[in-house]
Amino acid sequence: MTGTEKTGLAVGAAIFLAAAFVPLLSGGYGLSLAVTVVMYAVLTTSWTLFSGPTHYISLATAAFFGLGMYTVAALIDVFPYPVLLVMATAVGAVLAALIGLATLRLSGVYFVIFTLGLAEMVRQLVTWVQTTMGTSSGLVVLTGIDEPMIYWQLLALAAAVYLASWRIGRSRLGFALRIIGGDEVVARHSGINTAHAKIALFVISGSVAALTGAILAPRWTYVEPVIAFSPMLSFLVVIMALLGGVHRLWGPLLGVIPFTFLWDLVTATFPNQTALMLGLCFLLIVYIIPNGFAGLIENLIRRRPLLAG
Amino acid sequence: MAAEPHTALSVRGVTRTFGGLVAVDDMSFELAEHEVLGLIGPNGSGKTTMINLISGALKASRGEIVLFGENVVGESAHAIARRGVARTFQLVRMLESMSVMENVETGGVFGHARRWGAELRDHARHNIARVGLAGKEDEPVGALTYIDQKRVELARALAADPRLLLLDEWLAGLNPTELQTGIELVEDLRSEGRTIVIVEHVMDAIRSLCDRCVVMNSGAVIADGTPREVLADDAVIAAYLGDAHV
Repeated sequence: MTGTEKTGLAVGAAIFLAAAFVPLLSGGYGLSLAVTVVMYAVLTTSWTLFSGPTHYISLATAAFFGLGMYTVAALIDVFPYPVLLVMATAVGAVLAALIGLATLRLSGVYFVIFTLGLAEMVRQLVTWVQTTMGTSSGLVVLTGIDEPMIYWQLLALAAAVYLASWRIGRSRLGFALRIIGGDEVVARHSGINTAHAKIALFVISGSVAALTGAILAPRWTYVEPVIAFSPMLSFLVVIMALLGGVHRLWGPLLGVIPFTFLWDLVTATFPNQTALMLGLCFLLIVYIIPNGFAGLIENLIRRRPLLAG
Repeated sequence: MAAEPHTALSVRGVTRTFGGLVAVDDMSFELAEHEVLGLIGPNGSGKTTMINLISGALKASRGEIVLFGENVVGESAHAIARRGVARTFQLVRMLESMSVMENVETGGVFGHARRWGAELRDHARHNIARVGLAGKEDEPVGALTYIDQKRVELARALAADPRLLLLDEWLAGLNPTELQTGIELVEDLRSEGRTIVIVEHVMDAIRSLCDRCVVMNSGAVIADGTPREVLADDAVIAAYLGDAHV
């Protein structure tokens, strides 16, 4: 481990430790925003784990998130909560593996459309099952889990995701993913089993999103497909990741924090034009800061010595 | 049927069709270890398809490709790469977002040697120096000239410690000075006793580098022998220049 890596780890640990005290200092609205920030931090970082190096843009986050949430909502009276978290993770992993196998030969825009269509299909399927087999359009989730508990669970998951992403980034698998993102033909001819590498990362990414959904299920006492499988979630994850920068582990976080606040403001000010605003944000980010805040910061650091000299 | 132990590659009755087009038609040839084989022929004669069949980029419709005693037809490119086959591409393929160092390291990590860490870096640096790029390790590949990119590609292939090296028109597009440098580089590899298949149009290179030549036309072998023999062969001259010149 090099010196900068040690410093990075120490800074990361300090931030997580400080963040753990948020529920003790703030309740209500403040804590609610903090939960949202950590939720998106987990979702964007795990999304970036796969989509960052490979440039395969997945819009299926909502499908994983929703299935995780529904696993908890549907079975909360049957199994204890910790078991449900494991089950939700497994459901996410299985769905990701299936998507991975189905999309092996798809690339670029075809992959994007497939994942978007699939997320929508899962939502319709769940809605259909619920309205034909059940009696209501949603499920009631009553647990003793309060917002601070949700927050700490998410924070622990975030720490695990960062640590795992950091390890993977330094491993053969991480290098393989970057090569795949550069040129899949070169990757294959260098001896990389591109199918295995892609599916492995997509499974990790998908199961984390499902677990996030499961952890958040108790936040809403009434879970509906419209909430759990909102396509807006998939788009927000992509936008926040791009805003922060997908080429650095800490990049997505730089996008999540300002965008959560901005989005809170936007949804309060223009409650009926959120989709329009989302589109505008996306265009602005792609045109003005294609490499995200992480790219901007790195450019500034690189330029500073020139200005000084 | 087991191949002779000293045979590196044996292509037996290999055919590849694309719809109605027969790109490679019942090809057969052998390559001994430590031999440099030139695969030559006019444009569109199926040379690159043949290289793609050996490296696993394409699958043969019929026939056997035996690598070091084992039939590899049907195996995917990564599996064949792990058997120790490395290649360069007709049109240079660089990993644009990576440095020279990382591009070369790519070859050494996932092949049959599977290096990592300090060993990988030393190995990559050694191969970068071999192809004459010492000092350019940290440069982005996009900043390199065409011949330097070709060198990076060769270094990447060498980093895999290949038991069989496939060079697909590695000398194409170089100016006369660069060409001389390129030929010397491949001559070095040859003198190390490496097993190489060269697809090439540059006749000077073929004469000086190849132990043997297989000449293709319309997907089939029309001559197999030393460069001197095949370049004097009537069928070869007719294939390149037309019947009137025979």
